[in-house]
Amino acid sequence: MAQMNMLHAINNALDIAMSEDNSTLCFGEDVGHFGGVFRATSGLQDKYGKARCFNTPLVEQGIIGFANGLAAQGSRPIAEIQFADYIFPAFDQIVNEAAKFRYRSGNEFDVGKLTIRAPYGGGIAGGLYHSQSPEAYFAHTPGLKVVIPRNPYQAKGLLLASIRDDNPVIFFEPKRLYRASVGEVPEEDYQLPIGKAEVLQTGSDITLLAWGAQMEILQQAADLAANDGVSCEVIDLRSILPWDVETIANSVMKTGRLLVSQEAPLTAGFASEIAATIQQECFLHLESPVERVCGLDTPYPLALEKEYVADHLKIYEAIKRSVQF
Amino acid sequence: MSSELYNDGPVVHTPTFIDGTSVEIPELKILKQDGSVYEGSDMPDMDEKLAVKVYKTLAFHRVLDERMVASQRQGRLSFYMTALGEEAASVGGAAGLKSQDMIMSQYREQGALMFRGFSLEDFMNQMFSNEKDLGKGRQMPIHYGSNELNYMTVSSPLGTQIPQATGYAYGQKLQGLDEVTLCYFGEGAASEGDFHAGLNMAAVQEAPVIFFCRNNGYAISTPADEQFKGNGIASRGVGYGVKTIRVDGNDILAVIKATQIARVYALKENAPVLIEAMSYRLGAHSTSDDPSGYRTREEEAKWQENDPILRMKNWMLAQNWWDEEQEKTLFDDLREKVLAQVKVSEKINKPHIDTLITDVYDTPSIQLEQQLAQVKAHVKKYPEAYPFTAGKF
Repeated sequence: MAQMNMLHAINNALDIAMSEDNSTLCFGEDVGHFGGVFRATSGLQDKYGKARCFNTPLVEQGIIGFANGLAAQGSRPIAEIQFADYIFPAFDQIVNEAAKFRYRSGNEFDVGKLTIRAPYGGGIAGGLYHSQSPEAYFAHTPGLKVVIPRNPYQAKGLLLASIRDDNPVIFFEPKRLYRASVGEVPEEDYQLPIGKAEVLQTGSDITLLAWGAQMEILQQAADLAANDGVSCEVIDLRSILPWDVETIANSVMKTGRLLVSQEAPLTAGFASEIAATIQQECFLHLESPVERVCGLDTPYPLALEKEYVADHLKIYEAIKRSVQF
Repeated sequence: MSSELYNDGPVVHTPTFIDGTSVEIPELKILKQDGSVYEGSDMPDMDEKLAVKVYKTLAFHRVLDERMVASQRQGRLSFYMTALGEEAASVGGAAGLKSQDMIMSQYREQGALMFRGFSLEDFMNQMFSNEKDLGKGRQMPIHYGSNELNYMTVSSPLGTQIPQATGYAYGQKLQGLDEVTLCYFGEGAASEGDFHAGLNMAAVQEAPVIFFCRNNGYAISTPADEQFKGNGIASRGVGYGVKTIRVDGNDILAVIKATQIARVYALKENAPVLIEAMSYRLGAHSTSDDPSGYRTREEEAKWQENDPILRMKNWMLAQNWWDEEQEKTLFDDLREKVLAQVKVSEKINKPHIDTLITDVYDTPSIQLEQQLAQVKAHVKKYPEAYPFTAGKF
């Protein structure tokens, strides 16, 4: 085991993927010599050559279209979009192409070897164009998988699983934690399952669910609630699409309460999908309405970021509301 | 096939390809680094008054950039982007326009906004995201904009303003206005799909828009030779049937001249023009970037010798429109004013909590009003956690 921050863990996963399969490529804006603006691909060009790790021109639709072509051909592309906020020029290539490649051809062709990496999320004074959490747009697209890790260990294991998964996967990386989150990470190869949530803390009064950088905020709120004698079960969803209904439903049937927190705006966020499914699966077990603690229904602000975000205090208040309902 | 649409050249009977670099593109240069002018140069329409205004704008730009990078390093500011070494492109472009012309910029053309009269206070209030910022503290530093000054608010996504400029200019044409739109972007952004959409539509819809590419050699770490092949961005203009000119972007006289001519042409012919200004990004991409990871000091030193501000100063001295005493007074005064304004603007309150939900729509929805009420109740409960807004409802 070694101490790694999230960037080291991601870099390490990419290194393993490139070393095991010489048809694996890493590319994107500034990804080559410089190693990406966050340095996630640092050293890969030196190690694997310019043909397999390179800068692309500044064109997101081109990057993903190119990656779709590579994946259809049988190569294993890992395309980086510099910020999730800038993924939208590639929306057509992701939503209409990557997601539907297999279906429309009757499985004559597929782009299952495609992985798209993109840093997402707020808390870095990035304002509306460097803070967005766009997972819900992609969760609304059958054919894609969407994965979000919470720490370095998860990042390495989930990224390796995403790269090897035979479906196109969007891997959103919580950039606020890139250097801030440090932990033990095995240097050898391992994978963590896509589509499986993880229970981080068992509890009996309420289930708290989130993903990515929101996990540490959720834990802070759970700790505050514990001081009041409220026992929280804390779950990391890890995989947004497909998502692990069973683990969440089992937890809610035990606790009788659910709170879901996401960075993205409230309306039509993935928390809404979870709330709808859980009220159906657990209706007779619910002691209170499902709480959603999310960003406001506005673009992500700059000066008033603190007021906007779903912070631990807002979650703590929602826990109390739910328990006292 | 319309004969106007194609210029076929001779019919051949053996396969004959033309090369991507076969279009030769002349580069307009008027001013030499020593301040002298190339013989036979077609000078821009510029009197002493305009020249002094242009030079003072360049000086303001240089000083603001220096001071704000220092402020960022001191932790007073979250982020900054300089235009070091390529100030003549933005200032010269604005100087070649009329004040009623719309400018749509990328994010390194604050010089154009300075020329239009955006004040030191305006710049600083935006950078410190305070309640006096015209943009209400919503965007990162350097995302300026002013309706009054016909300068569209900057948006971080690259190249999006290019087809918008085509549409804006088409509207100006339709209403018979004596106006054009000038659209700035970098050579990196010219790789985006929006660049191609914008140029093609401008040519086909016959829009009076001036596309102004600052080719500064780098898109963050990516050098131009990993960004495009062929003969620069100018060759794309030719391909889309857009009248195209390449200029020395560090030559203020050439930039102003090209923009003046482009404006006359765009208005008279109702047609777009592409200007490719050749320069070099002497600074880092932003305060979050470190160029030592991807280029050499020798390369930078070579371009330092092409300083566009020094070049204009040399010319101003030769014209007897400027002297060293004025130079010293100007720079001393600017440094003092910028520093003083930092101290004022950083202390101004953050925007009011009500601005959380305004401008999402013309009027906030019921849901947004409810969300704001919830946030306010929460802030009242935990005032110490929200120091910018607590106690200021």
